[in-house]
Amino acid sequence: MLAALLAIAFFALPLVGLIVRAPWTDALDILSEPTVRTALRLSLQCSLYSTALSLVFGVPLAWLLARVPFPGRGAVRALCTLSMVLPPVVGGVALFASLGRRGFLGQWLDRWFELRLPFTTTGVVVAQTFVAMPFLVITVEAALRQHDHRIEEAAATLGASGWYTFRRVTLPAIRPALVAGAVLAWSRALGEFGATITFAGNFPGRTQTLPLATYLSLETNPDDALILSLLLISVSFAVLFGLRDRWLGGEVASTETRT
Amino acid sequence: MSLDLAARLRLGSLDLDVSLRVEAGETVALLGPNGAGKTTLLRICAGLQPLDGGSLTLEGAVLDDPAADRFLPPQQRPIAVVFQDYLLFPNLSALENVAFGLRARGVGKDAARAQARAWLERLELGELARRRVTQLSGGQRQRVALARALVTDPALLLLDEPLAALDAGTRNSVRRELRQHLAGVRGVRLLVTHDPLDAHALADRVIVVEEGRITQQGTLAEITAHPRSRYVAELVGVNLLDGQVGDGVLTVAAGGRLVVADDRHLRGQAFAALRPQAIALHTHRPEGSPRNVWSATIGELDRHADRVRVRLDGPLPVTAEITAAALAELGLHPGDTVWASVKATDITTYEA
Repeated sequence: MLAALLAIAFFALPLVGLIVRAPWTDALDILSEPTVRTALRLSLQCSLYSTALSLVFGVPLAWLLARVPFPGRGAVRALCTLSMVLPPVVGGVALFASLGRRGFLGQWLDRWFELRLPFTTTGVVVAQTFVAMPFLVITVEAALRQHDHRIEEAAATLGASGWYTFRRVTLPAIRPALVAGAVLAWSRALGEFGATITFAGNFPGRTQTLPLATYLSLETNPDDALILSLLLISVSFAVLFGLRDRWLGGEVASTETRT
Repeated sequence: MSLDLAARLRLGSLDLDVSLRVEAGETVALLGPNGAGKTTLLRICAGLQPLDGGSLTLEGAVLDDPAADRFLPPQQRPIAVVFQDYLLFPNLSALENVAFGLRARGVGKDAARAQARAWLERLELGELARRRVTQLSGGQRQRVALARALVTDPALLLLDEPLAALDAGTRNSVRRELRQHLAGVRGVRLLVTHDPLDAHALADRVIVVEEGRITQQGTLAEITAHPRSRYVAELVGVNLLDGQVGDGVLTVAAGGRLVVADDRHLRGQAFAALRPQAIALHTHRPEGSPRNVWSATIGELDRHADRVRVRLDGPLPVTAEITAAALAELGLHPGDTVWASVKATDITTYEA
């Protein structure tokens, strides 16, 4: 009991520290500083792009992992969710080694398409997608596994093509998981730091997202750092609170049956 | 217009080898115990389970023929299925569920809805058309499932235990309705059930499937009059003995002998069916008319209200049914030795 209370305190104290120390009166001024506003806008843009990319590529991936048996499926799943447990800075280094200007793929992208990812806004989106997509994939995959696939057989016997069935039957059934996965991926992208700074650097207006701006301002302007940290914490907290039943309780299935 | 199926398939422990033909306008029930392969046959017809060998033809069109490398997927077959647990689309209204098959086949939204609504009204569900199917009762869902299947005017209608998910009260009324609606389907109707009541009420003809093989077929009356397997015998509630018959005497494998009738023409392998009520039990060897008297050991007593089923072990393994009062009078217990008798005229014999 005591240990549990200590654990709660351990998680609550940093938050209290932030709230106590934060220069509340200057909050609005700080949030309207040009560098902060730029970082905020860039963060929102990039995180939404990477969420969109996670949806476009993550849903088919989740479907493949959940529904199509193939040899080595477990290994592929591990590979695709590796970045969840990888130190983000390692992810950044790996991206650099592959998609950097001298990376084994990056050099061709540069030569053929003049596409350079490192130190660009696109690079930020790539780094964020790399760490965020697995959250969507595992959430949607779990929902697809729990979804009764015989209902898709029923759709087929009624003349529905695979795509029509997916659109009108499967997708509505997994919508809660889809929303939860997308929100989780988005909040992970929004908070992404290590892979971003390693792969895309820290250029204000181009690659300096909110977490990067927070880290830098800790040296120059600690008050800014406190307010920005609070902002990021509020977002994370809102996400977790909003999803508490759907994801943290592992109750994707029950929300499904309610639809 | 007919369905022709020659099915050969191995699936887990199931070894299926069945040939059947069903005419359009006819309802055939596949009757059999669980795991016999009935539902698998339905899935083969629906295209949800490809054949290993044999072929499936509907109205002259080949739907499945592994030898010719031909397989038409379910969405291209002119079929409809009523699933055991209905498998309605939980996110759609009753109306959208019924309209689904039409929409999926390219019918415009308004036309599909109009037809769906007409069917719902025919099934007295018009007022519930906009409800989500999760808000409907079991009986209502069953009718939505039926409407969803019938609206597409299928050349082959497949029903998998259509009444199994209903409670006893609803089942009787739904069974009557279902019979009327089936009569209106122009195509082939194939029904899977393990309930002889359903088969009796809904089907023109019954095919008994056991362990992946057809063991008997005909009208339900024909089948129940001459059971050819332990499963059918139990279903009907009669004792079934098989053995060699000759000169009016049946000899079973265990060595027991029964005088069956004066029909001296029947010879060779034969079945004998006798009702449990026709077997009388006595503590002393009876005198007089019965032609068959033998000594048996009581195996088990099984009480049903005021009747008791008595399993008799010995050369003629059968079950007798007597009243509870008679049991008390005889003072019988498992393990006791008892005399059993049956009249030859109470035994029906027929060729195996």
